[in-house]
Amino acid sequence: MPFGEIVSILLEGTWVTLKIVAFALPLAAIMAFTFGLLRMYAPKPIKYVSVAYIEFFRGTSALIQLYWIYFVLPFFGVSIDAMTAGVLAIGLNIGAYGTEVVRGAMQSVPKGQYEASVALNFTSSQRLWRILMPQALVNMIPPFGNLAIELVKATSLVSLITIADLTYRAKSLADMTLQVTEIFAVVLVLYFVIAQVLAFSFKGIEKRLSRGLGRGGLD
Amino acid sequence: MISFDWEWAFVLEILPMILSAAKVTLLATLLGSILAILVGLSFALLRRSKLVLLRVVTYWVVEFVRSTPLLVQIFFLYYVLPEFGISMSPLLTGVLALGLHYGAYLSEVFRSGIDGIEKGQWEAARALNLTTYDTYKDIVLPQAIRPMIPATGNYIIAMFKETPQLSAITLLEMLQVAKIIGSENFRYLEPFTLVGILYLVFSLVAAYGIHCIERRFPKEGFTLR
Repeated sequence: MPFGEIVSILLEGTWVTLKIVAFALPLAAIMAFTFGLLRMYAPKPIKYVSVAYIEFFRGTSALIQLYWIYFVLPFFGVSIDAMTAGVLAIGLNIGAYGTEVVRGAMQSVPKGQYEASVALNFTSSQRLWRILMPQALVNMIPPFGNLAIELVKATSLVSLITIADLTYRAKSLADMTLQVTEIFAVVLVLYFVIAQVLAFSFKGIEKRLSRGLGRGGLD
Repeated sequence: MISFDWEWAFVLEILPMILSAAKVTLLATLLGSILAILVGLSFALLRRSKLVLLRVVTYWVVEFVRSTPLLVQIFFLYYVLPEFGISMSPLLTGVLALGLHYGAYLSEVFRSGIDGIEKGQWEAARALNLTTYDTYKDIVLPQAIRPMIPATGNYIIAMFKETPQLSAITLLEMLQVAKIIGSENFRYLEPFTLVGILYLVFSLVAAYGIHCIERRFPKEGFTLR
């Protein structure tokens, strides 16, 4: 098979991978903020629910979660297509890791900020959204960038539930043709490029958010 | 919808099969972590090499391995190595992939551990005319190992949780066995749930074990023999 044809098939797969990333990334972010904050501030029963979610998704493996959602949920009458199962499993999994990022960043805001906002009689929602969150957000960006790359890498798992993403196409091309070295080299480079673009964008976001925070640094 | 309930009899029937597959999972994790530690240490030392070229190349190799999916790396080794006349069993291929992937992660842990040693220690070693080898063996590593343990342990647990991906190259580890049982009996709930619980239990035990190991190492360092 000519090299150009291989690349064009793989690029179609890249598009599918990017689509999964585009759905799973916002889901992961929503889960991370919701359960990260619930774990810190919610009353006890809700707090325990969030701890259960976080520990379950962090303690077992992503592939098991994906298989569970894809193969077991239909037995409960929840029929789910492969794409939704993939987005759900990856979003929930990375989201659970994200809760720890949110929690760590919130706790890293100096205690004086909290005390000052109490002394100035801010309401608790003002304290959270106007004082603590803007400062914590900057600290969340670098670890979120790493998690976003982990998410891209995790999307390769959906190839095992027959979604024709980059990895799936690479494997079927490798089974069909004998040009395995070229195929996998191209695939690895494509994933690497996606990851580098993400890393670069997160650096940009970090720079933008830390404007006016009076931080030192080198660039 | 198929009527649905959790059957304990079925669980008892499949438990021995899944537990014997757990041995494969644990073996892959054990061999993978030994390899990862060796690879990580080599990468970390290469990053400190005097040659700029070597440092830059190592940096990009580590970056590349870390930012591409383990599953693709597993396929890469499985399909491409035989092209070069190296054919290995699925287990060995998997161990190699795990070792390389997590070696890249561990190299960062080791690097920051070594960087964490005070400058005075290096200077004293130089002043006492110790060789590079003796400096690492007697001065640097004995102090650097304890702070590296928690992060290293976390990566080994992370590696353990990624072993199910080896099922993609036909290794009969826990998840693959569960999937086969599931498709034969058309009951996926028990096998997959069981495997999930086993992973949770093993991870918790391992986390506790790492905590104990960390406490056994004296804070002030020790002699390497």
